[in-house]
Amino acid sequence: MSSSPRILMCAPTHYGIHYEINPWMKTERQADHALAQLQWRALRDQLIAAGAEIAEIAPVEGLPDLVFTANAALIFKRRAVISHFKHVQRQGEEAHFRRWLGADGFEVFETPNRFSFEGAGDALFCGDTLFAGYRQRSDALGHQQIGELLGVRVLPLELVDAYYYHLDTCFCPLAPGVAIYYPGAFDDYGRRVLAAHVPTLIEVEAGEAESFACNAAVVGRTVITNVGCADLHRQLRTAGFTPAETPLGEFVKAGGSAKCLTLRLDGEEAAGWRV
Amino acid sequence: MSETDLREDLRRAAFPAVEDVEVRGHIIDSLILPKVLDGITAAGGMFIIKNVAIGHDRSDPSFARIEVRAKDEAALEEIMAQISDHGAVAVHGGDARLVEADMDGAFPEGFYSTTNQKTEVRLGGHWIGVADQEMDCGIVVDDRSISCRCLPMTEVQRGMKVVVGHVGTRVFPLERQEQGHAFAFMNSAVSTEKPKGVVIREIARQLFENRRDGKRSLLVGGPAIVHTGSGPLVCELLRDGYIHKLFAGNALATHDIEQSLFGTSLGVNLSEGTIVDAGHEHHLRAINLIRRAGSIAAAVESGLLRSGIMYECIKNGVDFHLSGSIRDDGPLPDVVTDALECQRIMREMVKNVTFCLMVATTLHSVAVGNLLPATVKVVCVDINPSTVIKLNDRGSFQTVGLVTDVEPFLRALVAEVRKLEG
Repeated sequence: MSSSPRILMCAPTHYGIHYEINPWMKTERQADHALAQLQWRALRDQLIAAGAEIAEIAPVEGLPDLVFTANAALIFKRRAVISHFKHVQRQGEEAHFRRWLGADGFEVFETPNRFSFEGAGDALFCGDTLFAGYRQRSDALGHQQIGELLGVRVLPLELVDAYYYHLDTCFCPLAPGVAIYYPGAFDDYGRRVLAAHVPTLIEVEAGEAESFACNAAVVGRTVITNVGCADLHRQLRTAGFTPAETPLGEFVKAGGSAKCLTLRLDGEEAAGWRV
Repeated sequence: MSETDLREDLRRAAFPAVEDVEVRGHIIDSLILPKVLDGITAAGGMFIIKNVAIGHDRSDPSFARIEVRAKDEAALEEIMAQISDHGAVAVHGGDARLVEADMDGAFPEGFYSTTNQKTEVRLGGHWIGVADQEMDCGIVVDDRSISCRCLPMTEVQRGMKVVVGHVGTRVFPLERQEQGHAFAFMNSAVSTEKPKGVVIREIARQLFENRRDGKRSLLVGGPAIVHTGSGPLVCELLRDGYIHKLFAGNALATHDIEQSLFGTSLGVNLSEGTIVDAGHEHHLRAINLIRRAGSIAAAVESGLLRSGIMYECIKNGVDFHLSGSIRDDGPLPDVVTDALECQRIMREMVKNVTFCLMVATTLHSVAVGNLLPATVKVVCVDINPSTVIKLNDRGSFQTVGLVTDVEPFLRALVAEVRKLEG
């Protein structure tokens, strides 16, 4: 069921660094509010230019991270497993995402047994397999139970570097069997699992990983990242993708970039079940 | 026991803190299982994979149950905290449920019924060993000392805290816990065709080692010991410190004393095998004499009783207990006729016993078998295979059965013991 790409976003009206729940966040290093608006709109335009349709959830005062819609849920066909955030600061977002996705016609599931689970931030399909990041934000056992719920194979990957606290900050499937990743965010087991189950792995160097090179939004063959990812872009072109960049520095201050700001509602490009 | 088994046992002994965990999901493809196992080893623990079920196709989850062991509780907790991050879950399911006894002499409904195997109860997040392990009891918990023990229902007092249900309990079957005990080669199957010499040598070694190591050996004996003329053989074992406790009934003691006083057992002259005139009265006269003396000890003291098994018990400080039955003549003044009181006494007396020899007695063997924890090695010798089978059927797994006549058995046993003495 190939449909036109549809992406959920949330305007950064109430965005800001109001608390610190990852090493990127420093309340004294506040985001430039006006610049953040511009950057967000530029990303939105690029996604539309790449062929995506954008749906928006209304911003909510007091929930600055609602802009990071990737963490709303895990999408599997027309089912949505709603996140249960590890940090209380973000738990208020759950009800909004639940309501929006339900209203959009998704069959809504709760995270089993109140495990911590942060949606597409930590659970990404590459082919038929769900790759799932754990230890920083999501629980390994919760991933396994979600896998059983959906009837899919789950391969949990331990995230060993607090700067790469979500799987989507260090791993990005581009197509079935193809992904970019930053090796330094995984331990040896994780690297071996990725090598064994993703035939084409494009490696991101440390400097570009810090620019959130792995936090890319993929629409068709277009891969949109923050600026400062020249080496990755070169590799992407070689691999037959169309890289695009747009400055997202105001969101990097909160530990997010292109991917974090989007939730693919019709399934990620790399999801095997989508094709 | 093989060398590998021995090594395994030694390893387990060095890692006494235990917790079972489950890991499920795509634990093979994701390397979660090897990661958990590596994590246990790297943290200084050890593991035993008890069960693994591998999913059939890619979306089928797999499952592993792992016994995690560490050198102590603190180390175990550290390992558990670490591997739970990877999705390993303890399977204990929480603390044991305690219910206060609402009356004397009975457990609350749903009480946990014990086995004779080593058992632990989870209280306040910790596994506590159950003391006085005995089958067919309940478990009572003492809050103040955070300890628990097996208790028969007759001993229950209102207000005692009793374990109810199976949550927070675990049993360590002996097959796994102590595969390599000295009797491993003689499994509990009863056969009349065992190489008896080998078995008897092993029993002699147990008696010998127990004496050497200051451990306690118990003899549970029936009157056939006396009828067959084996009394002097038992006396040798008593005199030389191989038997530290004796359980018997009125009959063994009576015929032993009859033999000592009149030279007969049930009226049969033991030296000549002939029936003595009015010999059927001897055992009653013997009982009467002891009753007149006040006790067996008093009869020994006064010089009335000068030989035999009971005499050796008194002389060598061997604790004995005589249980009564409804068919007893007399009985002897030392016989305890209250069955519950007998259980209480025997329960107390078996506490430090590590080896038990049951010879030519059915009911006593079953009664004592019920009281012993599975860790105590038991040898049951009887001419009748059904006695030994009965004991096994009642769950005394550790019983080694030997179907043979009593006299040649004891003769061979004494000879083997002598050989060990060199």
